Amino acid sequence: MTEEQAIYNYCLRMGDNSLIQSYRLSEWCSNAPILEEDLALTNFALDMIGRAQAMLAYAGKIEGKGRTDDDLAYRRSERQYYNHLIMELPNGDFAKTIARLLFTATYEFYLFTDLQRSADPTIAAIAAKTVKEVKYHMAHAGDWVLRLGDGTEESHNRIQKAINKLWMYTGELFETDETDAILADKNIAVDLALVKAKWTAHITGVLKEATLSVPEDEYMQTGGRKGVHTEHLGHILSEMQYLQRAYPEAIW
Amino acid sequence: MVRTAYTKEEIMHILSVIPDPEIPAVSIYEMGMLRDVVISDKGYEIVITPTYSGCPAMSIIAQDIKMTLEAGGITPVTVKLVYDPAWTTDWMSAGAKEKLRKYGIAPPLHSSCAQDVFADNIIECPRCQSDDTVLLSRFGSTACKSLYKCNNCKEPFEYFKCH
Repeated sequence: MTEEQAIYNYCLRMGDNSLIQSYRLSEWCSNAPILEEDLALTNFALDMIGRAQAMLAYAGKIEGKGRTDDDLAYRRSERQYYNHLIMELPNGDFAKTIARLLFTATYEFYLFTDLQRSADPTIAAIAAKTVKEVKYHMAHAGDWVLRLGDGTEESHNRIQKAINKLWMYTGELFETDETDAILADKNIAVDLALVKAKWTAHITGVLKEATLSVPEDEYMQTGGRKGVHTEHLGHILSEMQYLQRAYPEAIW
Repeated sequence: MVRTAYTKEEIMHILSVIPDPEIPAVSIYEMGMLRDVVISDKGYEIVITPTYSGCPAMSIIAQDIKMTLEAGGITPVTVKLVYDPAWTTDWMSAGAKEKLRKYGIAPPLHSSCAQDVFADNIIECPRCQSDDTVLLSRFGSTACKSLYKCNNCKEPFEYFKCH
């Protein structure tokens, strides 16, 4: 694998993570428990769309085949998507959405904080922009986990259940392969072991403060980074890509 | 006679009138979104940066830039989007902040307040200048704003978050 191919893979993954997570959060539009939450979740979704556009546009540029961010978003099939499985899982109840947001936003905060020092200037620039935004996502999710965990018996049970169910999808966030190794060697990618240590410390702190228990690391789901997904991604893509599939080359 | 060459300052001056599509009271220049003009034998490259990465106004701004320059016979024009250095509310001029306030949006405090994103800052009401205001929602109609209410004049208002 060449360095260019590795950068392409790396940016594609980050773009896919943002895009699919954004799609899920957008589904809360007009469905959130309160209006303020509707605004918050869709604001986050918008940040993620912007990040996906930047990452996919850069991946297309590195690839050098003239593919745009839209081509990459709308013209790839399920097995060509490399997002983490946790991003594509259905929203479930509000507690599950918040638990996922806590896990992913904390991961992104530490990942992009370190990526600001990437030897690749485009990745470093997108990271610097992202850190400013993802700070809000992480603080917002943490706030809600505290309120739900330390709230009523019902809210406590729901958020604990969500945390327990999603835990097996968090291992994948820290998986590494040849792409990561090539780029880590050139100081383009970050050391995910360091990100994991900070992630674990933060998550443990929030859960404890929220009177919630931290699940044990047992079996961890895997596959997204190799293009092997849950049944949910296909449904997302069939809706998201409908227009471009039905009317190829359609433009706004 | 059609002029064939313009200086960077002249181009900046022409573009400085383009309003922010979401807050027309201020221009893209005053907001700090218009970053640079690069003139070469290939034409005029206008460099812009988004406030937030998902800012939906960027394509409209790019279109406005092209239309404004092309209307003056200034071609060819390309618009380049950059992320570095990341936009900050500190780039807003004092004049721009005053225009925001008159428009009914409380201007951003210094970006240092973004260190703790949920800190309880005292936000002055843009209408009656009272300090007695309360946060209604951390997120508003656009990513860059949150919603407040003034307990003195009872008016709701938007606050441009420091970033």
